Amino acid sequence: MPKFVVRIEDTGEQYACADGRSVLVGMEALGKKGIPVGCRQGGCGVCKVQVLEGEFTRRVMSRAHVSAEEERSGCVLSCRIYPSSDLRIRVVGAMKKNVCRPALPTGTPSVEPA
Amino acid sequence: MSMTGVLRPGHAQIRVLDLEESVKWYTDVMGLKPMGRDSQGRAYFKTRAERDHNSVILRQADHVGMDFFGFKVLDKATLDNLEKKLQAYGVATERVPAGDLLETGERVRFKIPTGHTIELYAEKTAVGSGVGCTNPDMDVIDQPGITPIRLDHCLIYGDDLDGARDLFVNVLGFTLVERVKLEDGKTDLAVWLPCSAKAHDIAIVRHSEKDKMHHVSFQLGTWEQVLRAADIMSKNRVSLDIGPTRHGITNGTTIYFFEPSGNRLETFSGGYDHYPDMEPITWTWDEVGAGIFYHDRKLNDAFLSVVT
Repeated sequence: MPKFVVRIEDTGEQYACADGRSVLVGMEALGKKGIPVGCRQGGCGVCKVQVLEGEFTRRVMSRAHVSAEEERSGCVLSCRIYPSSDLRIRVVGAMKKNVCRPALPTGTPSVEPA
Repeated sequence: MSMTGVLRPGHAQIRVLDLEESVKWYTDVMGLKPMGRDSQGRAYFKTRAERDHNSVILRQADHVGMDFFGFKVLDKATLDNLEKKLQAYGVATERVPAGDLLETGERVRFKIPTGHTIELYAEKTAVGSGVGCTNPDMDVIDQPGITPIRLDHCLIYGDDLDGARDLFVNVLGFTLVERVKLEDGKTDLAVWLPCSAKAHDIAIVRHSEKDKMHHVSFQLGTWEQVLRAADIMSKNRVSLDIGPTRHGITNGTTIYFFEPSGNRLETFSGGYDHYPDMEPITWTWDEVGAGIFYHDRKLNDAFLSVVT
């Protein structure tokens, strides 16, 4: 079973992504961290990354989070790409715990926007 | 509660990225019954136990989320009356003609202050549950899919929670059952609102963006069936959010998970009965974790962040 190495440039973390697993699920399956995990199905956008180097196949992902132009420049949702070579990626997405900010008192870090 | 106005959640139209993949998943993994397609290409489903023609409608789009959530009302006179009440309250309404959704009568459509599109309708063809209304047998689950009892409720995220809550309570006759307060002790972070004697028919969480969907929920009969659903999810590599666990709020046992386009769904069981004379339950900010997930007593990362 071919495995390609995915390197997350932000943290230096790297892992061997098993064949058939997306970049995101490959990371999770080995207990690795670095990319925020949301729906894992191309809909919510929190796992967005920029692919700096390497080849991959992709499945359809939400245009609300990745424009056609962004996709051409290598910005993708990591839950929808499958490595076909070693990859270097940079994390773009973030968990935005955005309870309405004006109503939120300061000093409550658990819901501060990321 | 004598039910003479809004009866229950009736349908949810959900946007998906790949319709054929989704139709297969909702059929085989969720165990919903396919009920046909319309001229716009939308795919219709009901649960086995539901009597009306459809409850889940899938529409292919390039982004995901929920187009609208519909409630069935008692009859056409009730529909006319509620439309007048909405207009008198300052809500703009529009009529969607009968037949726009398969086997569904005229719908009254309007936007609530959180930006979500809500519909009311009185008529949807009663096609029956499969066991019939005369000497019915038990509907023994004899198929591999999860096979929930019914579309039960939804949780929506939006900015003007107060306006949406007041509209449901003051105009549509919903009751406030539970609420979570922010740290100021005054502002509602979240509210749970039934139109019936259930713990909730719709729930709303305060959020910085308009018109977001947190989840659409399906009812199961028992905790054992919640565990069965979790087994089916793992066997089919369904993307799990959290569970099986229990909510402090509503007391329901639950699994949150994501369908193939990333919309969150819930399968749940239990929950108490609520009557309108009962005092609402309040959760304070410091115990919100236990309110949402009673065993962990803390929110998971995705709960307040991941919406579609």
